[in-house]
Amino acid sequence: MTSDAKKHQYRKTEKETVSHMDQSTQKVLVLFAHPAQASSEVNLHLFRDASATPSVTAVDLYYDYPDFNIDIEREQQRLLEHDTIIFLFPLFWYSTPSILKEWQDLVLEYGFAYGQGGSALQGKKFLCAITAGGKEEAYQSDGFNHFTIRQLLQPLEQMARITQMAYIAPFALFGSRTAQEEKRIETHRQKWQQLLNMLVNDTLNMSKATRLENLADLCTKEGNH
Amino acid sequence: MTGYLLQAFIYLVAAVIAVPIAKRLGLGSVLGYLIAGVVIGPIMGLVGDETTTIQHFAEFGVVMMLFLVGLELEPKSLWAMKSKLIGLGGLQLGFTTGVITGVALYFSQPFSFALTIGLIFALSSTAIVLQTFQEKGLQQTEGGKSAFSVLLFQDIAVIPILALIPLLALPELVANAANEEHHESLSIVKGLAPWAYGLVIIASVAFVTVGGHYLSRPLFKFVASSRLREIFTATALMLVIGIAALMGLVGLSPALGAFLAGVVLANSEFRHELEANIEPFKGLLLGLFFITVGAGIDVDVLTSNVSLILMLTAAVMLIKAMVLYIIAMLFKLRQSNKWLLTLSLAQAGEFGFVLLSFAAQNYALPNDIIAILSLVVAFSMFLTPVLFIIFDNVVVPRYQRNGKIRDEDEINEKGTVVIAGIGRFGQIVNRLLVANDVNTIVLDIRSEQIDLIRRIGTKAYFGDASKPDILHTAGIHDAALLIIAIDDKDTAADMVKYAKHAYPDTRVLARAYDRGHGYRLRQLGADFVVSETYHSALEMGTEALRSLDIHPFHVERQKMAYKNIESKQNDVLYNAWIDDASGERVDNNYLKLFVELERLIESALKTDIHDKHSKMRGWTPPPKEHSEQLHDEK
Repeated sequence: MTSDAKKHQYRKTEKETVSHMDQSTQKVLVLFAHPAQASSEVNLHLFRDASATPSVTAVDLYYDYPDFNIDIEREQQRLLEHDTIIFLFPLFWYSTPSILKEWQDLVLEYGFAYGQGGSALQGKKFLCAITAGGKEEAYQSDGFNHFTIRQLLQPLEQMARITQMAYIAPFALFGSRTAQEEKRIETHRQKWQQLLNMLVNDTLNMSKATRLENLADLCTKEGNH
Repeated sequence: MTGYLLQAFIYLVAAVIAVPIAKRLGLGSVLGYLIAGVVIGPIMGLVGDETTTIQHFAEFGVVMMLFLVGLELEPKSLWAMKSKLIGLGGLQLGFTTGVITGVALYFSQPFSFALTIGLIFALSSTAIVLQTFQEKGLQQTEGGKSAFSVLLFQDIAVIPILALIPLLALPELVANAANEEHHESLSIVKGLAPWAYGLVIIASVAFVTVGGHYLSRPLFKFVASSRLREIFTATALMLVIGIAALMGLVGLSPALGAFLAGVVLANSEFRHELEANIEPFKGLLLGLFFITVGAGIDVDVLTSNVSLILMLTAAVMLIKAMVLYIIAMLFKLRQSNKWLLTLSLAQAGEFGFVLLSFAAQNYALPNDIIAILSLVVAFSMFLTPVLFIIFDNVVVPRYQRNGKIRDEDEINEKGTVVIAGIGRFGQIVNRLLVANDVNTIVLDIRSEQIDLIRRIGTKAYFGDASKPDILHTAGIHDAALLIIAIDDKDTAADMVKYAKHAYPDTRVLARAYDRGHGYRLRQLGADFVVSETYHSALEMGTEALRSLDIHPFHVERQKMAYKNIESKQNDVLYNAWIDDASGERVDNNYLKLFVELERLIESALKTDIHDKHSKMRGWTPPPKEHSEQLHDEK
């Protein structure tokens, strides 16, 4: 990688919020958490694709808070300015990398996200975009991991429920460690782009999207409409 | 005296007017100097016969240039280019001499004339080519390196050529001049037996290399400890002139000797300081040299032989270019590099003048031929900048379109971070950067310090980083960052100001003595300022809290809170400081704000310890009633 590309990689990619957007356009916030970006093969692509998409704000949490000193006020403001919140991360021990948990612990305050007067997130959409090393077969009740991906992410589903956000099925890529060798990344990126477009244009079929096991299945030529 | 001053003034005026205009027109400085020379010489007649004398003096610029080139070239890299040096250089010189000699023979010149002419035109102009490479940043390209190998080989070859020319002298010319006493140059080797001559040469080369390696360091250290800048300059000049004189005395090329000395000193910690001191002299002398080439054009000979001279020039350059192109193909130079080698070396050079006058002294060529050939050499030098313009505007765009923007050989050898000051502060910064494979260039004015740091294996150079020319030779124009880690408050401020002014793209990170100094640096344009005691004091404070059995994570949070408030309030304080910067900084708004900062930090940190309900946010549990509310919802 040339030094220029590297520089770009670590440059802040958060875009200015556009105020004169027309009414039907929805704003999407991608909160990206990857502590080892040098070895990222999929997530970094998805993050950059999101950064390049209009009406999508992509935030690299480990870039903004390398010391985990998360600015609560700023993060809450970001949430208020967007209609859809996406956690983009590689699955670590069946959950998020630690900074996303820290983000939840700090930003989703009583009186803001839940509890008395805590309805700031009401009506927003929430989903996780994840990559998992295990194969899809492993994430079955009779598989190696004993639980499906939706089951494993239930704490986040409940987080969405208590903060009154609509929980959308996870957008998952399984077998991510070999996706590059098997040339599956390009298709996944196309699906991701399609998903972002649908969220921005508000054309995602919500009744389907909330019931699916893996949202990526919706983003195919057949599943689109 | 006034006469000399007037002469100097004319030369300087010509350069000052012509060079910037030429540069702006994209012609390069060399062509600017040449044109300046033509204007004050043949056109306006302001300068006359003394140009040849001045030219001999100005040729010393070439010596200095080779010294500087040597400084850039460590012995290791010189050794690495040996095959190129001998292969490329040898082929170029051999082929070109052969072809030109052949052509001269075809036009029924006697063999000795033909060979002398061939040898003279085989040489290219180190002065123009290297100067132009430097200006255009072409030294590190594959083509640039190849051209340099050829030039270096030619400079070495001048020595045997000088020995050969007297042997080619024509008996009848010698006979004609037998009664004229001709000037003998100063030499200590005249009349020595060949074996003794060989010994003297070996001894002097050994003296330059070994002496350069072992004696230069104590000498420079001694001089540096005087902290007198002009004495250092004098030492640098003494070194170069001394070596040149020594080489002249034993009949070797001064330029080659200086080059050798440069290579020996390339590893020295005084390298950048030497470069910075010699550079201006080199630039001026070379400029002067180019002016004299322009001014020395003999109008009478030119007007009576104009078509012949033009044809000869074209023929010489065509032959040289063809030979170079074939060699470039043989050595598999790719794309634009092939053309760079071909076009850059197609001229005859300053050594051509030297050899021509030497040939005249030794009666190897008749004077009328020499007058014409001198003009051919000058003309080909005139045309070189034009060839570079062709290279820039025709060759480069063509290869840029076909694929890569530039060939990948342009590896940046300059450090990406310049660190000024390698004391307690700079060392830590440097260690972290080096451990992360960042290329650093470290400068310090304390030669003892440099010595110490070098012993640990850090690449450090002696040099006053507050001097613009030192920053320049350290490569600040290529550096991404300048880190200022020096003690002196005013010098640090001057450096920030200069660096941001001259290199606005380079990020400047500066160490401040205290808050006020930090604001001053920030005002002058520093991109990042840190107070030298801030973080260590904060660490000490947190350790104190931990020692008092306060939970380490809580302490860490308090430290974070401190930093947060500090960084937020810092901007407010800075703006107040700017507003008050003209007046006294006592009893004013700034002071009030400073007190306010103290109060904010104190109140933010204090509350938590007492009532467990911090004003700071984070991990705050829901109120106790919340669990009951959850039941209510059911």
